Amino acid sequence: MKPTDTKPPEMTDEHTVVSDGLAGGLSNAEDTPGISLGSSRMEKIRRSMLLTILPLVAAMVVGGLFLFALGRDPLAFYATMIHRAIISPSGLQETLIRMAPLLLISAGLIVAFSAGIWNLGGDGQFMLGAALVGGLAASSAEVMPRGLMLVLMLLIAGTLGAVWTIIPAVMKARYGINEIITTLMMSFIGVNLASLLVKVMFLDDRPGIQTPRTPVLDVADRLPTLFGTRVHSGVIIGVVAVVGVHLLMTRTSLGLRLKVLGANVKAAHHAGLGVSQLTIATFLLSGMFMGLAGGVEVLGVQGFVRADWNPSFGLVAVPLVFLARMNGWVTIAFVFLLSVLSIGGELATRDAGLPNQFGLLIVALVLLFMTVAEYFESRRLRGERTVWATMAVRFLSRGDAAGE
Amino acid sequence: MSEALITALLVGAIAASVPLMLAGLGELISERAGVLNVGLEGMMLMGAYGGFVVALATGSTWMGFVGGAVAGGLVSLVMVVLCVRWGLDQIVVGIGILLGAEGLTSLLHAAQFANTYPRLGKAAAPSIPWFSDIPVVGRVVFGEPYMVYVTLIAVFVAGWVLRKTPWGLAIRATGESPEAVDAAGVNVVLVRSLATLSAGVLAGLGGAYLSLVSSGNFIPLMTGGRGFMALVLAMLARGRPIWLALGALLFGFATALTTALQIFGIDIRPEIVNSLPFVVVLVVLTLFGRDDYLPSSLALPYVRGER
Repeated sequence: MKPTDTKPPEMTDEHTVVSDGLAGGLSNAEDTPGISLGSSRMEKIRRSMLLTILPLVAAMVVGGLFLFALGRDPLAFYATMIHRAIISPSGLQETLIRMAPLLLISAGLIVAFSAGIWNLGGDGQFMLGAALVGGLAASSAEVMPRGLMLVLMLLIAGTLGAVWTIIPAVMKARYGINEIITTLMMSFIGVNLASLLVKVMFLDDRPGIQTPRTPVLDVADRLPTLFGTRVHSGVIIGVVAVVGVHLLMTRTSLGLRLKVLGANVKAAHHAGLGVSQLTIATFLLSGMFMGLAGGVEVLGVQGFVRADWNPSFGLVAVPLVFLARMNGWVTIAFVFLLSVLSIGGELATRDAGLPNQFGLLIVALVLLFMTVAEYFESRRLRGERTVWATMAVRFLSRGDAAGE
Repeated sequence: MSEALITALLVGAIAASVPLMLAGLGELISERAGVLNVGLEGMMLMGAYGGFVVALATGSTWMGFVGGAVAGGLVSLVMVVLCVRWGLDQIVVGIGILLGAEGLTSLLHAAQFANTYPRLGKAAAPSIPWFSDIPVVGRVVFGEPYMVYVTLIAVFVAGWVLRKTPWGLAIRATGESPEAVDAAGVNVVLVRSLATLSAGVLAGLGGAYLSLVSSGNFIPLMTGGRGFMALVLAMLARGRPIWLALGALLFGFATALTTALQIFGIDIRPEIVNSLPFVVVLVVLTLFGRDDYLPSSLALPYVRGER
């Protein structure tokens, strides 16, 4: 608390109370920089829990106000949501199943973001992987054993996802063209191409099908399920991918090189790193995970791709990974949280007769509140006062001056 | 090509390009000031909803546009506080705004209009005695909804302001080097706040155009990716509003062409036509893209004394 050392003690208290209230009510023990720097691992975990749970509660309160205004019982809504997403066995399975594509997408984003590359074209890469697998899986299952078919399909999905990043990758590496524009453009083209693949090349043209879609992959041929539940092994693939990427970034020289690239491109050049090669490798790896996510979602859950299907997982995962600060473990926790919110939200809104986009509102509120909480926390750690604390201190000191 | 077809094609092209122009213009201004507004789509959606509600209540299209602008502006205030004032990450907050707007407008729509589906009347267009009777030109040039002319004027005004006025200089300099602007005594936070606010207002107008003029009603998620398209167009326009308008017209033309060809029984997939402009742009970028231009401080928050 250096900046306030010269101030009277009650002002320090004021600051502590106000900023703590906003930053998430953290313990007073950490208020001294010396202690907070040496804080234990448990303390860190506790703090990040607080930084997650308080925004979550705040988001649910604000969401609850909307529910109340619409004449629904917020408590009943949230009870249904939590029950359907975590407590009921089938709901928990749904939540875990939803995690699979999100984990793979997050793995792709961790690689890209760590290297300072904004791959915002995840949707296109995801949909192309999904569409190709949707189109080929059913017919491949007839001519080859299931294991071979599944591996082949995942390879195809990952490859296509990676291929779809080549243009942005080369443009970024060779000409320094901003990847946000190029990946977004490639994403538009990719989503359109995927829809075209489904409608033209892989159309299931048996009579009686309303919306154009690919042939259905037999349930017996899909990704193997785990322990007699409906949860498919794609979830394992997802966890392995995120953990693998986390270890890659934290434990290997390639990870360090990518982080240097992300921190400062000029420094990377001066350090003699092959910036172009690293950039292209990052794009390919990132795109591979995105495509893989599409493949896993089709092989594990959908079994086919409908022309109007586009879950837009790519966009939601972006703030999530960023808020997790590219940390794999935190990402897994956040992905679980997001799955709970989206599965619980989908089912609870159906029960309450609300549009299922209400879940998006809650997710958005959680994201925004988490960002804000991070902001107050970082200011608090730097010993800066919050706006309100500053105003309070000014107000108090004016009172003092008048008194003296 | 019959006269009716040409008219339909050009009218359709303009109608489809106006929302892109408005939202893209807002994005362009905020990008020049160094703020990347990924939540543009969300601001359009709120504008579409706000505009529709106000127009329905007042019966006036103009009031509807005011409502749309206010709705879009209000959403952008979130961005102003979180990203400009507090320096939080613009992409994360932008996506948060997008998701929030999608959720909020769908929810409000379900609560208010899900059973009634009210519609608005046709937007008014000028009728000039002699000019409006000229074939093709009379409808395309002199018979557009009033907002089209407002949009075109806005494009030229924005171009002039950015290039010729001290305000424009402040905006452009803030996007390139906020430190220098700050040292020169210009309030960086204020410039960026106003630029972000104008992005919200313009995106709101663009969204309102969709609900008030294009369709006459509000449908959840009706912006359908136009915000992102506008974002890409704004980046490709290299900070020039005129280029943005031309790009938007190209896209509008592609959209109208799909519809027109389908009417004439030529079955061309909308997916192909919709992708074509992007394919063209990517090819052009690949061939000539050695001098990519974006403000150097784009998406970087400015905190005085840092770095």
